[in-house]
Amino acid sequence: MFDFLLETAAVAEAEVRKLMRDPSDLLSRAVQPVLWLAVFGQVFSQIRGMPTGNLRYLDYMAPGILAQSILFSAIFYGIAIIWERDLGIVHKLLVTPAHRSALVMGKAVAAGLRGLVQAVVVYLVAVALDVDIRWEFFSMLTVASGVVLGSCIFATFSLVIACIVKTRERFMGIGQVLTMPLFFASNALYPLELMPGWLRTIAGFNPLTYLVDVLRGAMIVGGHSNFATSTSFGVMLLVFAALLALASRLYPGLAR
Amino acid sequence: MPDTVGHPAIATLGLSKRFGDFLALDQLTLTVARGRIFGLLGPNGAGKSTAIKILTTLLDASSGTAAVAGFDVATHPVEVRRRIGYVPQLLSADGGLTAVENLNLSARLHGLHGAKRTQRVDEAVAFAGIETVAHKLVRTYSGGMVRRLEIAQATLHYPEVLFLDEPTIGLDPVARRTVWDRLLQLQQDKGITILLTTHDMEEADVLCNVLAVLHQGRLAVTGKPSDLKAQLGPDATLGDVFAHFSGAVIDHGGHYRDVRESRAAAQGRG
Repeated sequence: MFDFLLETAAVAEAEVRKLMRDPSDLLSRAVQPVLWLAVFGQVFSQIRGMPTGNLRYLDYMAPGILAQSILFSAIFYGIAIIWERDLGIVHKLLVTPAHRSALVMGKAVAAGLRGLVQAVVVYLVAVALDVDIRWEFFSMLTVASGVVLGSCIFATFSLVIACIVKTRERFMGIGQVLTMPLFFASNALYPLELMPGWLRTIAGFNPLTYLVDVLRGAMIVGGHSNFATSTSFGVMLLVFAALLALASRLYPGLAR
Repeated sequence: MPDTVGHPAIATLGLSKRFGDFLALDQLTLTVARGRIFGLLGPNGAGKSTAIKILTTLLDASSGTAAVAGFDVATHPVEVRRRIGYVPQLLSADGGLTAVENLNLSARLHGLHGAKRTQRVDEAVAFAGIETVAHKLVRTYSGGMVRRLEIAQATLHYPEVLFLDEPTIGLDPVARRTVWDRLLQLQQDKGITILLTTHDMEEADVLCNVLAVLHQGRLAVTGKPSDLKAQLGPDATLGDVFAHFSGAVIDHGGHYRDVRESRAAAQGRG
């Protein structure tokens, strides 16, 4: 177990070093949440067509946009894995005695840390737009935990897809096809109660729904979660554990 | 745990690998004694890379057995990985990291920590001859420097067996010579057994104590370079040996994937 943690830390640290040296990707991915909040959110706040209780629509959607930002950023993590495969880096890692699950977990942890940076960007935009943020320590900790776990889930999901498709061209196509349905079949932009029954059923199996639910309860003043925080974290942990097991099994196949 | 004392560095018996209808490796049986440099020759698609991938535990064999450093690759893959180093044909050092960071990552994944890790990383930097640029990003290095770093990275845990897939592909003659020097140094100073694949007959002649020629996945011949040349006549070269035993199919260029990987590796090294 201790070896697993040391190996995970080694992979995550290398990933974070690369990220810190080239923050252009982080900055470019910050543009989308800014547009969603500053343009879409502000316009829809004027319409008042969404039943969000006492919350401004902009406040209501801010946690959804944070979740979306994490999803869109993490879901393309697989591209980097395919790139590493094409370079031979994956082969080099796989001939070390390190646990396969640690190699995957290290990538996931790095995605989680990257998600925290995305969260800071969304918070800054939200503050600038006068979104009523909860600043209590426990709320912030809950948001940070959700962001890290959500990033781990979607980055590992992305790795699983990368292990299956193995080429950048195929991955780009599938990545585009997956992200929008995941986003729209969740409570990121509208409450679950507004969805038709079939969509609500799908949303119930969508981990993004549970991430948004946690964030909505912890990030904004007056925000309400449909599920208990423990339930949402429990579902997300289960999903992550399943994806980690699957990715650890598929990852060695990248070198074949 | 098997008794590994006195075993050869590498031993395969009837090793085969099938990809669908294509038989990439066909009943390969060979033994590599400890401390030797063993060269696998053959045209593209002959099964060299497939053999290396099985021996380094990256690929499962369809049938047959293989043992490296005394451990069966199928039943004790982690024990094998502890005792091997691998330099793939492709550019495997991470260009987004410095040499020291690349070395530290490998060291940590091999369970080297603290002062031992620092000592091994320093040793590896000196071995690769990159002291002045060790803290610069690898993407700024020349192809020869990257290859030397990759060899240092693959040997910092003192493996018993080092595998190299086309180690000098894409390198200029000077860089190629420095890589040869490093490999001979590893054999002489540390007694590491080396198995390499190559298309370069001069490289095979300079480096290898024993050669095997693969043809269409089968072992065509094995022996000392001098003995193999002597079989064909007093003036025979290794090129003649290669052409004779591989059916001279090198001109056909091999499979698309092999050619693509060779060219990508050559391109990556500038």
